[in-house]
Amino acid sequence: MSQSNFDLVVIGSGPGGYVAAIRAAQLGMKTAIIERENLGGICLNWGCIPTKALLRSAEMYSQMKHAKKFGLSTGEIGFDLDAIVKRSRNVSKKLTGGVGFLMKKNKITVIEGEGKLTGAGSIEVTSKDGSGVKPVNAKHIIIATGARARTFPGLEPDGQKIWTYREALVPDIMPKSLLVVGSGAIGIEFASFYNALGADVIVVEMMDRVMPVEDEEISALARKAFEKQGMTIHTNAKVSDLKAADSDVSATIVLDDGKSSTQHFERVILAVGITANTENLGLEESGVEVSNGSISIDDYCRTTVPNIYAIGDVAGAPALAHKASHEAILCVEKIAGLADVHPLDRHNIPGCTYCTPQVASVGLTEAAALEAGHELKVGRFPYQANGKAIALGETEGMIKTIFDAKSGEMLGAHMIGAEATELIQGYTIGKTLETTEAELMHTIFPHPTLSEMMHESVLEAYDRAMHI
Amino acid sequence: MPIPILMPALSPTMETGKLAKWHVKQGDEVQPGDIIAEIETDKAVMEVEAIEEGRIGKLYIPEGDEDVPVNTVIAMVLANDESEGDIEAPEKSTKAATPQVEVPVEAPVETLVAVTDPVTKPAQTIVSKPGDRVIASPLAKRLAADNNLSLGAIAGTGPKGRIVKKDVELALSAGGAATAAPKTAPKAATVPKATTALAATSTAVEVARPPAGLADKEIFSVYEEDSYEIVPHDNMRRIIADRLTLAKTSIPHFYLSIDCELDELLNARKRMNDAIAADGTRLSVNDFIIKALALALQKVPDANATWTSEGTLKHKRSDVAVAVAVEGGLFTPVIRHADLKTMSEISNEMKDLAHRARSKKLAPHEYQGGTTSISNLGMFDIKQFDAVINPPHASILAVGRGEQRPVVKDGALSVATVMSCTLSCDHRVIDGALGAQLLKAFKAYIEDPVTMLV
Repeated sequence: MSQSNFDLVVIGSGPGGYVAAIRAAQLGMKTAIIERENLGGICLNWGCIPTKALLRSAEMYSQMKHAKKFGLSTGEIGFDLDAIVKRSRNVSKKLTGGVGFLMKKNKITVIEGEGKLTGAGSIEVTSKDGSGVKPVNAKHIIIATGARARTFPGLEPDGQKIWTYREALVPDIMPKSLLVVGSGAIGIEFASFYNALGADVIVVEMMDRVMPVEDEEISALARKAFEKQGMTIHTNAKVSDLKAADSDVSATIVLDDGKSSTQHFERVILAVGITANTENLGLEESGVEVSNGSISIDDYCRTTVPNIYAIGDVAGAPALAHKASHEAILCVEKIAGLADVHPLDRHNIPGCTYCTPQVASVGLTEAAALEAGHELKVGRFPYQANGKAIALGETEGMIKTIFDAKSGEMLGAHMIGAEATELIQGYTIGKTLETTEAELMHTIFPHPTLSEMMHESVLEAYDRAMHI
Repeated sequence: MPIPILMPALSPTMETGKLAKWHVKQGDEVQPGDIIAEIETDKAVMEVEAIEEGRIGKLYIPEGDEDVPVNTVIAMVLANDESEGDIEAPEKSTKAATPQVEVPVEAPVETLVAVTDPVTKPAQTIVSKPGDRVIASPLAKRLAADNNLSLGAIAGTGPKGRIVKKDVELALSAGGAATAAPKTAPKAATVPKATTALAATSTAVEVARPPAGLADKEIFSVYEEDSYEIVPHDNMRRIIADRLTLAKTSIPHFYLSIDCELDELLNARKRMNDAIAADGTRLSVNDFIIKALALALQKVPDANATWTSEGTLKHKRSDVAVAVAVEGGLFTPVIRHADLKTMSEISNEMKDLAHRARSKKLAPHEYQGGTTSISNLGMFDIKQFDAVINPPHASILAVGRGEQRPVVKDGALSVATVMSCTLSCDHRVIDGALGAQLLKAFKAYIEDPVTMLV
């Protein structure tokens, strides 16, 4: 088999790529997917899924420490790091295998190797075992190569003591002291994990607050919660230098008052953002425009070259698996010429961070809504006042909702607390359907659930909350 | 089971109709095809036929009732083995089928074209399917209601044509410039607003009204109470107000004027009329104008277009609508394929349509659709005027009176019969040069009518 002709070839098999391939197969296209590593991409192998497995262990460990509060006795508790990591890897493996099955089920050709554009409708795949180069032809090509950890000069991982998410997922030791550079979703999740398991964690964030994309109020509550758990957090601060030595890493930290100090850490995690994987794809030669580090696309993920598309992280922020999957579907459906295909509405992309307490949001923050010129109605409801939360022993947190005072449009929803990442979807559906406060008020929320707080928060925005 | 007969929706814009006359009474036997009732709608009087054999079990709406909402049960037909006792109160199903959430008013403009297919939609129908509902998001409804905007006039771009926030905002920004204009009346934009969440939901049903200019209260305050009488709007007046407000606020109009010399045409017309005098057909200048515009659209096909948010519809047919003044308003019956018809065919068809328009006997498919329109006020001695485009058309030709005027030819003064025409164009699909080409082609046909026979 020297050459193959396909209707669609997808480069990269993450949550963008493999979803694109499945949708294309469903629509009757002869489809192939090129992957240089493992099916499932970062999400399944080194991102979303394995971190959730680790965090689950940390969460259970924390719960066990509070068992007495629930009338339970545990004896002495402890953990086995290797077993925790092994479980996480097994979870990944299981899902990666699942993607393989889905490819087979949908008769999608999986090509192992690194794909590169070599002209209109043609790709060259260099197999990873070095066994040669194979041409693949496709009417349409979707680039879904994702992104990787960003590094800065002076802030470079060494794979030993200075980690990116990759190494942080398979720790060799439980570090006694850990520096996390960056407090976005990736940084704060690892900070949460290692802190829960006993590491002395310092988080350094360049912006004025942790999780800077979240609503300020939520950020502040998160910081308070993290500090209560024993983390040290420096905002408006930066790490100017990292030096790995035999025993530890020395880091120069410049605080918000301009004073710098050098501290030693057993391990460092760099989580200062991501960089799109645009290299070695033949983009420039093919005329595919790359701007600000990511591939330029239009509303339907079309690049500047006809029949070449880009989705997910490689096509720009936000770097979220569900954004990639959504783009995958609309991109493929547009290629197939389906009617009723709609561009991604960026205001309706939920974001979830699985630290403790969890943080989830959709839409505009209060500050962004004000800046956009809206007059606001803002509702807040605390976990403390919710029956189910009290019964669960999860009384930390709050749900905040933001409405346009004139139209009643839900502009944003922000949550911090137990299961926030599961709850947010209720608001996301509402936003997608363009509900106003009225429909949310008229919705019946089951009792007793955490979701009742979502109702109460909306009611509170209009001074009608019941339980506060 | 008793068969309900529902108030039919005879046009996509119909919300309510008047039950003008019952042709049956309780207990009457009916056969398929029997006329049951006459419904007077916004633009026409239509007959409702029975489609099943049976006996009239009950009439729910008294004769002469106005504003009967579409899809209301107006009567029940019983099968032969059924009695009045088999009839369940219809109110529940129908009233409940008028939910506050999905406003059952007008179909999106986009569907106009589909609904007007004359073959599949007979004029006389018993409609028992759910009516044309406007599918819109709650937010879109709220925004439209707050801005007194008719949802029926907005094309939806959401899933399955659902009207979403963006669509209403687009419509508002299109109309925004016009409503902002009267700065001398600073309070003009005051529009009744929903104050609470609950009130807003219930007002959503009242959405389908023309955008308000001055608030009624302000207008009433200007005039002494006894100095006028109020004539209630009928459906036609409301439709005209709605459609033309929509047209003037959402379509970027521009106007091109041209003078056409008619002497050749008048000459040809006389000879043709002499030749067909025995048939009783008499061609009017307007018949020539219809034909010339239809041919011009074929010659400049890019101007035969309709704007939609999806893309520009490039029409293949020259279906020319002609404005006909009637008591209390106007109709725009459509001469379809006018480019392919002979002058006498156009003339006879136009006479028939105009006649039936005046007696309000036009079927919806006869006045819906079309790709352009003609408004001719020459008979009122109007020299020249600008017409408002009749959506979803992209142009309208305003025709003035043909009159003798001094003209300069090759440096010498002479007299010619001249008719001024102004083409209003939708700039979204017709640019200046394109409109000019269309008008130039039109003029060429008018001034040399023999070329229309090619």
